[in-house]
Amino acid sequence: MDQQTATFEFLCRMGDNTLVLGHRVSEWCGKAPVLEEDIALANVALDLIGQTQMWLGLAAEVEGAGRTADDLAMLRDVWDFRSALLVEQPNGDFGQTLMRQYLFDQWHVAVLTALMESADPRVADIAAKSVKEARYHVERSADLVIRLGDGTEESHGRMQAALDKLWPFFGELFDDDPVDAAMAEAGIAPLPSGLRADVDQEVAAVMAQATLVIPADRFAHRGGKTGIRHSEHLGHMLTQMQWLQRAYPGATW
Amino acid sequence: MTRKEWPLWEVFIRGQRGLSHRHVGSLHAADAEMAVKNARDVYTRRNEGVSIWVVEAAKITASDPADKEAMYDPAESKVYRHPTFFDIPDEIKAM
Amino acid sequence: MYAQMVKSEATQDDPAKLAAFQARIDAGEKVEPKDWMPEGYRKTLIRQIGQHAHSEIVGQLPEGNWITRAPTLERKAILLAKVQDEAGHGLYLYGAAETLGVSRDEMTEMLLDGRMKYSSIFNYPTLTWADMGAVGWLVDGAAIMNQVPLQRTSFGPYARAMVRICKEESFHQRQGFDIMMKMAGGTPAQRRMAQNALDRFWFPALMMFGPSDKDSVHSAQSMAWKIKMNTNDELRQKFVDQTVPQAEYLGLTVPDDTLAWNEAKGGYDFAEPDWAEFFDVLKGNGPCNVDRLEARNKAWDDGAWVRDALMAHAEKHANREVAAE
Repeated sequence: MDQQTATFEFLCRMGDNTLVLGHRVSEWCGKAPVLEEDIALANVALDLIGQTQMWLGLAAEVEGAGRTADDLAMLRDVWDFRSALLVEQPNGDFGQTLMRQYLFDQWHVAVLTALMESADPRVADIAAKSVKEARYHVERSADLVIRLGDGTEESHGRMQAALDKLWPFFGELFDDDPVDAAMAEAGIAPLPSGLRADVDQEVAAVMAQATLVIPADRFAHRGGKTGIRHSEHLGHMLTQMQWLQRAYPGATW
Repeated sequence: MTRKEWPLWEVFIRGQRGLSHRHVGSLHAADAEMAVKNARDVYTRRNEGVSIWVVEAAKITASDPADKEAMYDPAESKVYRHPTFFDIPDEIKAM
Repeated sequence: MYAQMVKSEATQDDPAKLAAFQARIDAGEKVEPKDWMPEGYRKTLIRQIGQHAHSEIVGQLPEGNWITRAPTLERKAILLAKVQDEAGHGLYLYGAAETLGVSRDEMTEMLLDGRMKYSSIFNYPTLTWADMGAVGWLVDGAAIMNQVPLQRTSFGPYARAMVRICKEESFHQRQGFDIMMKMAGGTPAQRRMAQNALDRFWFPALMMFGPSDKDSVHSAQSMAWKIKMNTNDELRQKFVDQTVPQAEYLGLTVPDDTLAWNEAKGGYDFAEPDWAEFFDVLKGNGPCNVDRLEARNKAWDDGAWVRDALMAHAEKHANREVAAE
């Protein structure tokens, strides 16, 4: 794999994660448990959509085929997406949404922090802008996971169920593959596996405070970030997200 | 379980360094820490602030508007507290 | 308007106190929450501010309907930010109403079980992307007509909330018109979509101001109290006069054959909306009344465990802190 292809793949992974998660979070608009939370969730979604514009914008630039961030978001089909399986998972209840957010945020902060040292200044620049947002996201999602885990009997049960359900999707974020190897070799991005120990420690501390038990099984579903086998959920999401662009090709909006 | 509404918090924001905190509105939160986070998300979406205070509304002690005359009218007769009370000759420039 | 046909409450207070209160209002003084106020003033305000707040909250739904289908990343972000503002506006308004002694949860319950109303406009469906343009342009445009003068309303917390809302709201109508410009100047299909949206939203937008209230005692009382600043007809006329040239600029046709410039009055003559339809919508028979209330009820019910758990956690920890002291 040449460097340009690897970089494009890597940037799509970053951008597709924020795109798909931002979309999922935006599905909550107007439906959150309390007004303050509605507003906070929209802030998270807005941050993620903004980051998507930067990552996919750079991906399109690196590709050099005349596509834009919007083309990549709206006109690729499922198999060309590089989002991790975790972010494709449906919202479920508020607890599941928050658990998914927390697991993502904890990884996200780690990877963005490392990317600030990227040999590619464009990558470092996007990471520096994004990490401020991600730090706030993790502060908020960790806090809510703790509060809901250690809340009522019902909320505890729901949060434990959410963790059990999402845990098998966490490992994929730390998988290494040839794209990652190429990125690491060029000094553009860290090896994902190298982030795991620190992130695990953070997660363990938060879950302990939340009185939740991390599943012992380290089994991880794979196929999202490589695009080899996405979840069925992603296709349904794209039918909504891409519908206008597909139904009225060539129109500007 | 009996429903209990989250307490109401009053939010004060410092718009920029050097200015005092100003009351901007209120919101609900289960506790103070959450109130600060909610205030950040609700009241600083357009770069309105650099610092946030929250106070539980129930904990504020306010003066009674019925006492308005006794409380504030006496100050009206103390005009000498205002610099414009004194005539300073024009020759004295800055004072 | 977001608050339609708000009935004023009769007041049975001491005539001397009432006269003094009215004199303060007439002198342009603001009323603050701890001041004495006529019971009717308080109740009418709760109803009006509550209805306004509920409209913001329910108003999230027709636009929220298109966030996941927005055609570009930028449009998605703008629409989301706009709908988020509406949640914020609801929050500010509930806060203003809470200073009058009614809690947000109480008001929410009254919305959910139908005791309190929200604006008729949000019971119409958003069917195409052009509706996002039409809603911003027409619905927000109509709302702003009413909200700008309300910044001067007599009740302090309400006036302050309106100042904040108007400041944020200024981008809403523009983003709607911006969508309409893109659509009206786009492909033939987009132009058709834009015209179709105008056709469907024109009369419902005119209904937002409510039926003529020039002879209404409720309106007269509210205007004397300065919690209503203009008559419905005044605002509707202003809206039509402002909007018709904008439609012409877009090359779209206002769906009203009788529309004509009246030189003598310096404004347009225009057709009244179908007020029978309006009253049907208020009664619950609009195209989306059932769906809207169902969606709000579901969000509230589904969120109960979260609200309870966060409260329980806070109490547990407050207790722990006390125990540690």
